[in-house]
Amino acid sequence: MNDLMTVVDWSRWQFALTAIYHWLFVPLTLGLSLIVAVMESIYLKTKSEKWLAATKFWMTLFGINFAIGVATGLILEFEFGTNWSNYSWFVGDIFGAPLAIEGLVAFFMEATFVAVMFFGWGKVSPRFHLASTWLTWLGASISALWILVANAWMQYPVGMVFDPAQMRNVMDDFWALFSGIAVNKYMHAVFSGWALSGVFVIGVSCWILYKKRNIPFALRSIKVGGWIGLAGLLLTMWTGDGSAVEVTKHQPMKLAAMEGLYHGSVSQGIVAAGIVNPDKTWDNDEDEYIFDIEIPYGLSILAKHDPYAFVPGIADIVNGIDINENGDTVNTVSYAERIRLGKLSHEALRAYDIARASHDEKGMEKAAADLKTYYPYFGYGYFESVDEAIPPVAVTFYAFRVMVILGSYFLLFFIVALFAAYRTDWLQRHKWLQWAAVISIPFMWLCSEAGWMVAEVGRQPWTVQDLLPTKAAISEISSASVITTFWMFAVIFTVLLVAEVSIMLKQINKNSQKNLETDNAH
Amino acid sequence: MSGYFSSHLRKIWLLYYDGFREMTVGKTLWAIILVKLFLFFVIIKFLFFPNILSRDFDNDRDRADHVRHELLDNPKRFPSHKI
Repeated sequence: MNDLMTVVDWSRWQFALTAIYHWLFVPLTLGLSLIVAVMESIYLKTKSEKWLAATKFWMTLFGINFAIGVATGLILEFEFGTNWSNYSWFVGDIFGAPLAIEGLVAFFMEATFVAVMFFGWGKVSPRFHLASTWLTWLGASISALWILVANAWMQYPVGMVFDPAQMRNVMDDFWALFSGIAVNKYMHAVFSGWALSGVFVIGVSCWILYKKRNIPFALRSIKVGGWIGLAGLLLTMWTGDGSAVEVTKHQPMKLAAMEGLYHGSVSQGIVAAGIVNPDKTWDNDEDEYIFDIEIPYGLSILAKHDPYAFVPGIADIVNGIDINENGDTVNTVSYAERIRLGKLSHEALRAYDIARASHDEKGMEKAAADLKTYYPYFGYGYFESVDEAIPPVAVTFYAFRVMVILGSYFLLFFIVALFAAYRTDWLQRHKWLQWAAVISIPFMWLCSEAGWMVAEVGRQPWTVQDLLPTKAAISEISSASVITTFWMFAVIFTVLLVAEVSIMLKQINKNSQKNLETDNAH
Repeated sequence: MSGYFSSHLRKIWLLYYDGFREMTVGKTLWAIILVKLFLFFVIIKFLFFPNILSRDFDNDRDRADHVRHELLDNPKRFPSHKI
């Protein structure tokens, strides 16, 4: 069991490492492709060489990011087959379909249109070139759709039935995969990519300003990056609000962990900043926080769009207590009961197998009916105590705050950047603002990665919410091999990251020394 | 008709051929991509990341039986499970 838990932990670390590195590249692809497409559209409309030069400058950086990042997500699929084979089988039909579509779309759209985008200058008509640039953006965005639909299904599994004979879930409603969680998650991730790319463009442009090179080009870029980034950030906040409502409905334990909330109340406040008490558990009387600053009504508004609504805490959820919109206390299914029902679902599945082996049709029918009744709690059957069903509170709590605090900072960042960009001298006079923009670049990535930590750590201990915990999803492989490959990936991805950053810095330095007011720059 | 297609195929070929030939920073990037794909598909995939169920079982029925055993009856995983 200990070795199993070592394999689970290292496999989770490995998956997290791979996903974090992969996500360093993806949001910049999603947003920078849009910024480039907008710049090229302006060029085609104005026929101004300076916009062509700007398009090509940022397209080069897009190309570097695209080339270094491409295929890094494939490692995640390798890990499914090796480390998470039980999971892969259990969900294969549902998880596989979106990923297969993603592979085809990504391959055909991106391979075709990225090539035209980079090789097609002067060889295809300007309109066809522009269409290819937009289709590259569209291809990347559609590609992300399928990945995020698959991920959303893990958070909120719908549109399937469990087939006990095949021992896997089978899709019975493809369109159900596009749940509220999926739609919000997709938009949240894509729009955050716009915001991240806006920060990147502004930061790089400010460095060019600091070097006193191509000032009009830098200010032009800040305006495009600023508007797209601001739009992206506002839309990210809007969809983040939608995500909070969906999480409240379908993953209330995750919401409680995000807030470090153990005992909920009506008109529940939200902790703007605080330190969670590491000694607090769902069944002791310790304080929830060592220190906290609370915004009254905040969590009730965030979770249910109602300042007087009840939001349950971890202990309430474990004990199966909720208060409905009429103010009446209602009982939900307690975690102890869920564990009991989960074990009954396992018993029903065993009974089905025995009946099937002896060709007992009636026995199979009865067992299948029992299994269907208890299946919503299938995953709880793997737990020995309710403690196992609670996500890591501290990591989820702090990651949520990092995301929200940095997100709020970047709202101010875009407003100031746009204000400054339209007042040419103002930005040039304030060197500290230029440096602040440059230094802000890595913090935008931190913000973006923190969002994923909230989503994925908050889902623990599940791979598939309520149905399959990580300890059941894992393959029976040696911990030594997982530890070895973990470090191997750490080295490979770090080398890729260093390559990306160094090639980008070199290109930014080199290209920004050219005259970016004409097409001769490239 | 065939002349039309061959002319278009030639244009597509030239787009890629000239594009690759005239690359500057792209050459470094392609070198990185090729090394990366070699590492991912030849070294990592084959040596370290086999698809366990495809490798160890011939058909879906055996795969399902293996996962059933893993999820329901493997005492190493779930000591308290009734067997």
